[in-house]
Amino acid sequence: MARIIAGVGCSHIPSVGAASDNGKTQDPYWKPLFDGYGPAREWMAKTKPDVIIMVYNDHANAFSVELINTFVLGVADDYAPADEGYGPRKVPHVYGDADFAAHMTESLVLDEFDIAIANEMDVDHGLTVPLTVMFDQPDEWPCKVIPFCVNVVKYPQPTANRCYQLGKALRRAVESYPEDLKVVIFGTGGMSHQLQGERAGLINADFDTKFLDNLTADPISLTKITHTEFMREAGSEGIELIMWLTMRGALSDDVKEVYRYYHVPASNTGAGLIIFEDQAK
Amino acid sequence: MGLEKDYEDIPGTYVFNGKRCREGYHLNKFCKSLDVAANREIFKKDPAAYLDQYPMTDEQRGLVERRDWLGMLQVGGNIYYTFKLATLDGLNMQDVGGAMSHMTVDDFRQMLLDGGRKVENNRSKAENAANSKGT
Repeated sequence: MARIIAGVGCSHIPSVGAASDNGKTQDPYWKPLFDGYGPAREWMAKTKPDVIIMVYNDHANAFSVELINTFVLGVADDYAPADEGYGPRKVPHVYGDADFAAHMTESLVLDEFDIAIANEMDVDHGLTVPLTVMFDQPDEWPCKVIPFCVNVVKYPQPTANRCYQLGKALRRAVESYPEDLKVVIFGTGGMSHQLQGERAGLINADFDTKFLDNLTADPISLTKITHTEFMREAGSEGIELIMWLTMRGALSDDVKEVYRYYHVPASNTGAGLIIFEDQAK
Repeated sequence: MGLEKDYEDIPGTYVFNGKRCREGYHLNKFCKSLDVAANREIFKKDPAAYLDQYPMTDEQRGLVERRDWLGMLQVGGNIYYTFKLATLDGLNMQDVGGAMSHMTVDDFRQMLLDGGRKVENNRSKAENAANSKGT
């Protein structure tokens, strides 16, 4: 059967992708961050998943105001990098696993998570930047990726607890798939940042650090954070952290934190990275 | 009992709720159209004719034409949408962040390098009002 062997929490800051694409990773501004990614890349190269489930949000690229879905699962075989307004990132196409994704839609909906299904969509920096963070610049991404989009742009976003419970449903979906696949699940976005308004530029390193601590030790406490508390403490766009709870919910209670890195600032954001290995037998 | 919109108490923050999404619908659709390369060329050649396609209010259109990044949020614009227009102008998130928070871009960048805008005294309009009365 398929198994979730690990989870990764990872910011998906667009300028991190741009720094990589434009050869700036050794500039003084970016070097500390990319040095911090080094051990995570080594871990990823050793772990070699067959499939990544990428929990991320689209930023008005694949989707727009006409139709706003809370949860969208991609079931295609091939996703092109999106043009976000400056031409698509020059990174490889992302290849999905249509059979596995189709199984996941059945499992999730019968499990009462009524997701929307995307047969065709482009993928933006929310999905491609975490791949860059973990794989650098390969000619092809080394594994298949199943995109799972969460609406975090339009209020109300799903609650933290709903996102955590979604993770549990995703685990059931994975474990009911007969093929032997090693799956790593990503929760992306955040950490604290606010892009908009007079409060733009807000970063709250204390909140982020506590969030990482509790993601390891007491994730249930994080499922009780309200929308207003996320936005007040971590910035209006810091609410993206709810997606990290989907990743954590998809792991068993018994996890080992094997890597953590946190850096301020990356563009307008507190950048975090955390890796958990699932200890369940 | 109605739902409490307690998020409206957060200072300097325009939560993109249903009301703002309706108000800014055509403004955001205009911005969204700029992630198609061919549209960017058409818009650059004749902005006025391009904007005519989107039934925004006169106020919204004026804010777009003046590139008033904060003003656009106040009439229903969403940052991920309006940022497509900023990108077309060659601006980045620090340029726009500085403009929205009435800072020079250099000061805004420096604030980020120094750890970002602090959350202290930035949590609550009501709290800030009470504090300023007390002093």
